Amino acid sequence: MKHYKYLLMRRFSQIAILVLYIGANAWGWKILQGDLSASLLMGKVPLADPYAVVQIAVTGATLGIDIILGALIVTFFYGVIGGRAFCSWICPINMITDTAAWLRRKLKFSEVQKRFYMSRSLRYWILGLSLILSAVMGVAAFELISPVSMAHRGAIFGMGMGGGALVVIFLFDLLVHENGWCGYICPLGASYALIGKFSLIRIHHDANKCTDCRDCITVCPEKEVLHMVNRSSESVLMGECTNCGRCVDVCKEDALGFSIRSQLKQPKDEK
Amino acid sequence: MKNSPSNDRRRFLLSIARGIGLSAMGALVWSAYVGEVKSAPLVLRPPGALAEDKFIKNCIKCGLCVEACPYDTLKLAKPGDNLPMGTPYFIPRTIPCYMCSDIPCVPVCPSGALSEPSVSSYINKTNAQLDINKARMGLAVIDRESCIATWGIQCDACYRACPLMGQAITIEFSKNERTGKHAFLIPNVHADICTGCGMCEHACVTKKAAIYVLPRALAMGEAGNHYIKGWDPKDEQRLDTVKKNVPHEFTKTKLSEKSALDSLNDEGGL
Repeated sequence: MKHYKYLLMRRFSQIAILVLYIGANAWGWKILQGDLSASLLMGKVPLADPYAVVQIAVTGATLGIDIILGALIVTFFYGVIGGRAFCSWICPINMITDTAAWLRRKLKFSEVQKRFYMSRSLRYWILGLSLILSAVMGVAAFELISPVSMAHRGAIFGMGMGGGALVVIFLFDLLVHENGWCGYICPLGASYALIGKFSLIRIHHDANKCTDCRDCITVCPEKEVLHMVNRSSESVLMGECTNCGRCVDVCKEDALGFSIRSQLKQPKDEK
Repeated sequence: MKNSPSNDRRRFLLSIARGIGLSAMGALVWSAYVGEVKSAPLVLRPPGALAEDKFIKNCIKCGLCVEACPYDTLKLAKPGDNLPMGTPYFIPRTIPCYMCSDIPCVPVCPSGALSEPSVSSYINKTNAQLDINKARMGLAVIDRESCIATWGIQCDACYRACPLMGQAITIEFSKNERTGKHAFLIPNVHADICTGCGMCEHACVTKKAAIYVLPRALAMGEAGNHYIKGWDPKDEQRLDTVKKNVPHEFTKTKLSEKSALDSLNDEGGL
């Protein structure tokens, strides 16, 4: 059980939040109304997806005060909590892509499949492109095709043919590229990587305890962030880390754990 | 030879070209798709909605208006609905807007896509009050061919259903010459009052509604600025400003040199 602690906590958080949103539409609960693009917490606190708000802003629209405030609150929250915590603790697509990644490992697809090259920075290109397109087309460009919003909105307000997008992502991750959607394409995740770059809660790696079993690397959806494993004791500082805690779960030697980032000095002991 | 500076330069230039090429390709496909899904001229928006092009810029697709609507009138466009995805709309024939006096869907909008001032009236300068009658969701249009009232069958369903009965829809009585002893009860919609709530379309008794709500931009024509209602003193005032701004609007001919009365009295050669 210990080895699934954070995974179970994450699934609980993802499902609980989804249920709260669905409850708001279906039974009039007032805890979390709206959806992941913009919502109302306890009927009072506005929340808004900063990326969506930036897209709307570049179309030249006059923004409502509530979404500006909401975007600032969300930005501040992830600026503290850390990394792309949204992606692993809230985003419903994560459950689909995690399932695909898990199946890939079970079926050993990555061992037999020659991986074609995709740049991790592709998502930042798409992020930039979406803003340019939003400005040119006069409509939030990624919001119109976002499978994340589609899935979440679909779960709350009715799916329509949106289920197709989810199947596409699942098959893409399963058959084409490991963690292809979240790790390479999704610009929403990229926006949270930028916000979470300076956040306080970080995974810390203790090289003295590490036995180089590489279990953490196997499960990590963003393997680059664990470049220090078995090399040096330091915190995972890249914004791409989703703080999912899977590496902490699978590490039998307790070499990895959550910690507060020290802004002043990065603790580093020579090996 | 493989890593000579010129080859490095080639590789560098190629990677830049490839980046630009792929981005351009992606942008073209993406923008074509976005352009396609955002054009839906027949969609009806919630009360207080900005003009369609502005609305679609502002709407963040959160569905708070949908959740606030007590009658389940508003829906969020799903993939496959052929409407801008995730934006709120309603189909009056299914569920019309019931014109709540507190307009719950408007104040909850966080993005300003539904504008509160556009559905408020001012008691005095500082005291605004929500007024659903100022909503302009669309305009009811009558197909006189299929409206059974124009056939002489007595029907005033739309008139009775209208929340602004006698104002937005009035009944025009005229003699039914065919029978000689009955009246036609012809409904007329007044565009300056109709809110586009769709209660008339919902109530219409024909198989497919003979009165239906269209977006205002689609339902209405425009006479143009150069027509002035001479019998309306307020409209005629526009002439004063026009004179200053556009002198060439007034053509001088031999006849128009004199005043209108003189030119009528002076029959010249006749």
